[in-house]
Amino acid sequence: MLTISNLHVKLEDEDKVILRGVNLTVGAGEVHAIMGPNGSGKSTLSYVLAGREGYAVTEGSATLEGEELLAMEPEARAAAGLFLAFQYPVEIPGVGNMTFLRTAVNAQKKSRGEPELSAAEFLKLVREKAKTLKIDADMLKRPVNVGFSGGEKKRNEILQMAMLEPRMCILDETDSGLDVDAMKLVAEGVNALRGAGRSFLVITHYQRLLDHIKPDVVHIMAAGQIIRTGGPELALEVEANGYADILAGGN
Amino acid sequence: MALMQGQKDAVAARLAGLPAPAASGWLADAQAKAEVLLLAQALPTRRDEYWRYTDPASLVAAEAPPAKRFDPGDEVPAFDGIDRLKLVFVDGVFDPEASDDPTLAGVVIERLADAGRVAGHWAQSLYGVLAARGQTPVARPFATLATSRARDGVVIRVTAKAARPVALVYVHAADTSDAVLHHVVKLEAGAELTLLESGPGAARLTKVMEVEVGEGAAFHHIRVQGRDHDRRAATHVFAHVGAGALFKSFTLTANGRLTRNEAVVDLAGAGARAHLAGAAVGDGAFHHDDTVFITHSAPGCESRQVFKKVLMNGAVGVFQGKILVKPAAQKTDGYQISQSLLLDGDSQFLAKPELEIYADDVKCSHGSTSGAIDETALFYLQSRGVPRPTKPWPKTSAAGRRAGCNAMPRGGEDDRHHRPSGQLEKPPAGPASPPGARGLGTLCLHPASRVPDPDLHRPMAGRGT
Repeated sequence: MLTISNLHVKLEDEDKVILRGVNLTVGAGEVHAIMGPNGSGKSTLSYVLAGREGYAVTEGSATLEGEELLAMEPEARAAAGLFLAFQYPVEIPGVGNMTFLRTAVNAQKKSRGEPELSAAEFLKLVREKAKTLKIDADMLKRPVNVGFSGGEKKRNEILQMAMLEPRMCILDETDSGLDVDAMKLVAEGVNALRGAGRSFLVITHYQRLLDHIKPDVVHIMAAGQIIRTGGPELALEVEANGYADILAGGN
Repeated sequence: MALMQGQKDAVAARLAGLPAPAASGWLADAQAKAEVLLLAQALPTRRDEYWRYTDPASLVAAEAPPAKRFDPGDEVPAFDGIDRLKLVFVDGVFDPEASDDPTLAGVVIERLADAGRVAGHWAQSLYGVLAARGQTPVARPFATLATSRARDGVVIRVTAKAARPVALVYVHAADTSDAVLHHVVKLEAGAELTLLESGPGAARLTKVMEVEVGEGAAFHHIRVQGRDHDRRAATHVFAHVGAGALFKSFTLTANGRLTRNEAVVDLAGAGARAHLAGAAVGDGAFHHDDTVFITHSAPGCESRQVFKKVLMNGAVGVFQGKILVKPAAQKTDGYQISQSLLLDGDSQFLAKPELEIYADDVKCSHGSTSGAIDETALFYLQSRGVPRPTKPWPKTSAAGRRAGCNAMPRGGEDDRHHRPSGQLEKPPAGPASPPGARGLGTLCLHPASRVPDPDLHRPMAGRGT
C-alpha cells in the first residue's frame, strides 16, 4: 500500500534536517504504529506524505500503491486515497462543516471520474456516519472545527475519514487532548473503518491508543529514522521503560 | 460657503446631461426643491471627507461612461424560482409589458409619476423628505440629484403582510444609458414586505429609495447588483424605522467598475432594529464602496452592520460605517464589522469605522479585519481533496496568516429563502480573471482566522499608499 524509501527531508527555508532516511512499508489492510519521542520527525513524516508546503525532500521516495506520492498536489494525494487526520484540526470560520464535507467528497469523486453525490445521497450518508460517531446535527452545521472541543475536533476528523473512505489513513497523534471516553469513541470510529484492505499509520506518543486500535506492527522513530520495528509488544516495552533504553540500543 | 464656478459648472453639466424634468403636481415641486438643494451642495470631489477613498469623477461626469452588458451565459438569474411580483425597469424606465400586474393583497404599487399627479398623495410627505433628513451632517449630492431628476420610480404602500415579495428588476440595454430612479416605500404599522432588487439598471445608475417602516412593521430588502463589468452606480437607501420595527437589507455585488452604496437609517422608535449587510466580490477593475450611517434616536434600538468583500487583481473595497447614538438612545446595541479577503498584493481594502455616542448606557462596537487566506486552512482543504484555483494565490505573510476574515455572505436568519441563487457559484470573470478560475463562494474563499491585526487595517488615502 504505502512504501517509503530512504526518505530525507529538511525544512525548506532552513538547513534543519528532520528526516534522515526513513524506510517503511505498510501492506494492504495493515495497521502500523509509529512511536517516538518529541522531535523525532513523526509529524513531519505525516505532513510530507500529505503534501504540506515548507518541507524539501532531498532524497528518497514515497509511493501509494505504486504511484509516486511526492510529485502530487495534496488534493491529488487525497483523491488517490491518502488521508491525514490532523493532530491539530484546522478551524475554518465561515465554511459550514456539511458544505466542507460535501465539497471534499465530491471533489475527490470528480477527480477520480466517479459520479458526484446528490444533496440527498450525501445527507443520508453523512447522517448515518455522524450518528455512529455521536456527532450531532449542530456540529454538522457549525463552521469547520470552530468552537469544537478537542474531542469534537478529533471525531470530526474521523467523520471526514469515514465519508472520504481513503485507502491509506495516517492518524497524527489522534489521541492528544482526548479523555479516555473520547479516545474510545475515536478508536471505535477508526476500528469500524478497518478491513477491506484499508491501511493505517497511527502516530502516537503513548501505548494507550494502541490498546484500542491494535497495531500489527510498531515502529520506533528517533532523530528522523525508524530505529526499531516490532510487534505490539514493542509499544508495551516503551510504555514500561520509556524510550531511553531503545534509543541507547538502537536497532 | 459659496460654490466655486467650477463646482457650479459641474452641477449644471450633470443636470444638462439628463432629460429635462417632466413631473407635474407636488412631484414637480419636490424635484425643483431638490434641484435648488443640489445647486447649493455641489457634486463631490475626492477632497470631500466621505469621498476620499472613492473617486466620484465618473459619477459626476456629464455623460455616462459606456458599459457593455454582461453575458450571463447559463447563470441562474437572481431570485429565480422565488414567487415574486416583478416590476421591470429598462435603462431606468418602467416597462409595463415586461412587468407583472402590480396587484398584490395588502400592497398598493403605483408609478412615481402617477402618484405625483395626485394632490395629497401619501408619498408627498416622504418623497425627498427622508433623503433630505439623511443629509445632516453629511451631504449626499447624488441622492439629491436622484430626487431632483428621477425619471421614474415606484411608490409602494404596504398595509398588511405582503403575500409575496416585490421584485424590482433593473435591465441595462444601451451602452451609455444614464438612469435616475427614485422609489418610496411606506409600511404601515405591523405591515411586512420583502423587496428584491436585481440587475445593473444602466451603464450608470443613480438611485434613491426612501423607506418608512411603521411601528412593529418589517421590511426585508435583498439586492443583487448587476454583473456588468463597466457599470457604475450610486445608490442610496434612506430609512426611518418606527418603534419595534425591523429594517433589514442585504446586498450582493459581483463586478461593476464603480459602486457606491449608501444607507442612511434612523432608528426613530424605541426598540427598532436595523440589520445591514453586504458581500462584494471584485476582480480587476472593481471599486466597491459601502457607506453606512445609522442613527440611534430612540432607546433600546439595535443595529448591525456586517460587510464583507473578496478582492483580487487590483480590486478596491471601501467601507465607511458610522453609528451615531443620540442622548435619548439609552440601551443602544450597535455593532459593525467590515472584513475583506485580499487575494493578492494589488488589491486594497479601505475601512473607516466611526462611532459617535452621546448616551452613557450603550453597547457599541466595531471591528475591521483584512488579510489573505490562511495557508494552513488551504492545506487542510487540499488534504481533503479540494483543489486550489488554477492560478496560484500569493503566499501570505506571517501577519497575513494571523489575520483574515470571513467572507461568506450572510443576510441574517430571515433570508433563508431569499438567497440569490447562482450568483456566487461562478467566478466574477473580470477582465483580469485567470483562465479557468474557479467559482467563488465555494470553500476556497474562506479564511482561518478572525484575529484583527492593526497592521493590516490601515485606512489609506489612496491606492498604493
